[in-house]
Amino acid sequence: MSSGAGYGTYALSKRRIDGLFVYAVIYLAFVYVPVLFLPLFSFNDSIYIAFPLKGFTFEWYGKMVDSPGLITALTNSLQVASIVAVLATIFGTLAAKAVTRYRIPGRGPIVGFIMIPLVIPGIIMGIALLILSKMAGLSLSLYTIGLGHMLVCVPFSMLVMISRLEGFEKAMEEASMDLGENAWVTFWRITFPLSVPGLIASLLLSFTISFDEFILAFFLAGTDVTLPVYIWSQLRFPSKLPSVLALGACILMASFVLVSFAEWFRRRGT
Amino acid sequence: MVDRTAPTAALGEVQLTLFQRMRAIFLRYEPLRGFALLSPTLGIMLVALALPVGLLGAYSFWTQNYLDIDHTLTLANYLKFFKGIGIEFQMPGIEFSPFAITWPIGIYLPIYPSLLLKSMKISGMVTLATVLLAYPMAYFIAFRVTQHKMIWLILITIPFWTSYLLRVFSWKIILGYNGVINSGLMSLGLISEPISWILYNPTAVVVTLAHAWAAFAILPIYVSLEKIDRSLLEAATDLGDGPMMRFLRVTLPLSMPGVIAASLLVFIPTVGDYVTPKLVGGTTGIMIGNIIQSQFGKANNWPMGAALSIISMLVITALICAVLWFTNRARKRVA
Repeated sequence: MSSGAGYGTYALSKRRIDGLFVYAVIYLAFVYVPVLFLPLFSFNDSIYIAFPLKGFTFEWYGKMVDSPGLITALTNSLQVASIVAVLATIFGTLAAKAVTRYRIPGRGPIVGFIMIPLVIPGIIMGIALLILSKMAGLSLSLYTIGLGHMLVCVPFSMLVMISRLEGFEKAMEEASMDLGENAWVTFWRITFPLSVPGLIASLLLSFTISFDEFILAFFLAGTDVTLPVYIWSQLRFPSKLPSVLALGACILMASFVLVSFAEWFRRRGT
Repeated sequence: MVDRTAPTAALGEVQLTLFQRMRAIFLRYEPLRGFALLSPTLGIMLVALALPVGLLGAYSFWTQNYLDIDHTLTLANYLKFFKGIGIEFQMPGIEFSPFAITWPIGIYLPIYPSLLLKSMKISGMVTLATVLLAYPMAYFIAFRVTQHKMIWLILITIPFWTSYLLRVFSWKIILGYNGVINSGLMSLGLISEPISWILYNPTAVVVTLAHAWAAFAILPIYVSLEKIDRSLLEAATDLGDGPMMRFLRVTLPLSMPGVIAASLLVFIPTVGDYVTPKLVGGTTGIMIGNIIQSQFGKANNWPMGAALSIISMLVITALICAVLWFTNRARKRVA
């Protein structure tokens, strides 16, 4: 009887409001509340970020749109992030395909080598690349930032693609080849459609990482800066803070829309 | 007699061009095709990773003269790091802060080693706090939520899609002298003047980082919990384990890979973090990343900065290897 009852409570315990559920709600609050102060104060009609709230205003959003530095930084970030996302996904996919599809001697060490950027603090990679560009005579620009971001995004992209390509794909490809298709047609009719969800995940992940990355960009930025570097330069001036908060609120909103869209897309695909 | 000239002539007719022969070799040997696919990625990693880290190593053995770099190899930067380590005697005493336990005999650490040690302490506490707080949440999503797991996971991750800088900055808004807590408490009439000690100290750094990296801990732990074969839990229950024993003997050990992955994912980037100590750490909360940065900025001593980076990297790597080795040994002993 005890075992039956034990299993019963285990199954039942999935739907009840208890300590764990309360904890989950408190945890969500801990994660959300600090971030939600950004939109809250971005509508506050006062230059000081403090309670009590003064009044409702769109002034800071107007100021945000009016600052040319911000718009340039945003465009730079979008450019760098898009290019990095595409390139990192291409490189990551090629490498993932190589290690999942072919027997390669020294596979472990090679994958380990590509994953190294994930276990080195960003600041060290930043200064290492800074030294490289100085010694190679490269002037710091959006290209050096992009190179730095590639370093972080390629391993992530490769991880995503390995988990997507592993397993099912080889047999399907072989079936296609056996049925007389050549490698090119096989790629477009089998490999590519099957890896689309992985490709989209990799593109989104790389884009987000690059768009948000600060430390590498901080060391590798020349006169053209990306959005995080611009935000960093604004944090020192109290008078600029409300517009920065407005910007933060916009980024939060945009991410929300993007994540919802990605999830909608994922559900539609399956 | 057999005519031996005919086959040779036939062979001559199908003689392959050099290109075709190379193509045949290429198609026959799998590793070759594999390496061809890998080569662009490996190439970019060699140029953007191996080469710069090598140069960083080279820089650490050089010296900064006033404006240029002296390329003579020297250990001076490393000696500067270790210089002054010694034994010291001091009054014993324990303050109410985990950062300020003083022992009667201690090892005196000069500025660089003590900063590195402090950074690792702060990151260690961040890692501990993040993983401990995240575990029940990951457990909740993996075992309690039945239908809308994805919704919960997305709810958890959305705040982490905002800018990292702004996530850190939001804590400055909260803890600041005129911040949310102080102005809130004052407008409620609970305090008459702002509390100043809540910002600009190591604890503020720990709280901020624990919040900023929360999602990185939840996801790996969730994945490892989700992978656990549910029939093992039923077996434990059938064999008479209560919920507590079942958790300690089945769930927790099986989720350890996720816990270790989460710890590494949080620990490694936070040791070198530069933003958080700069924004909320004040003078007592500075970490090794700030010192490294200053060598490339105001202090303008790139070789010293390079040496500090190399030392930090080696110490962190050694620590991680030690942790992985111990957990491996523990796992073997259990198995």
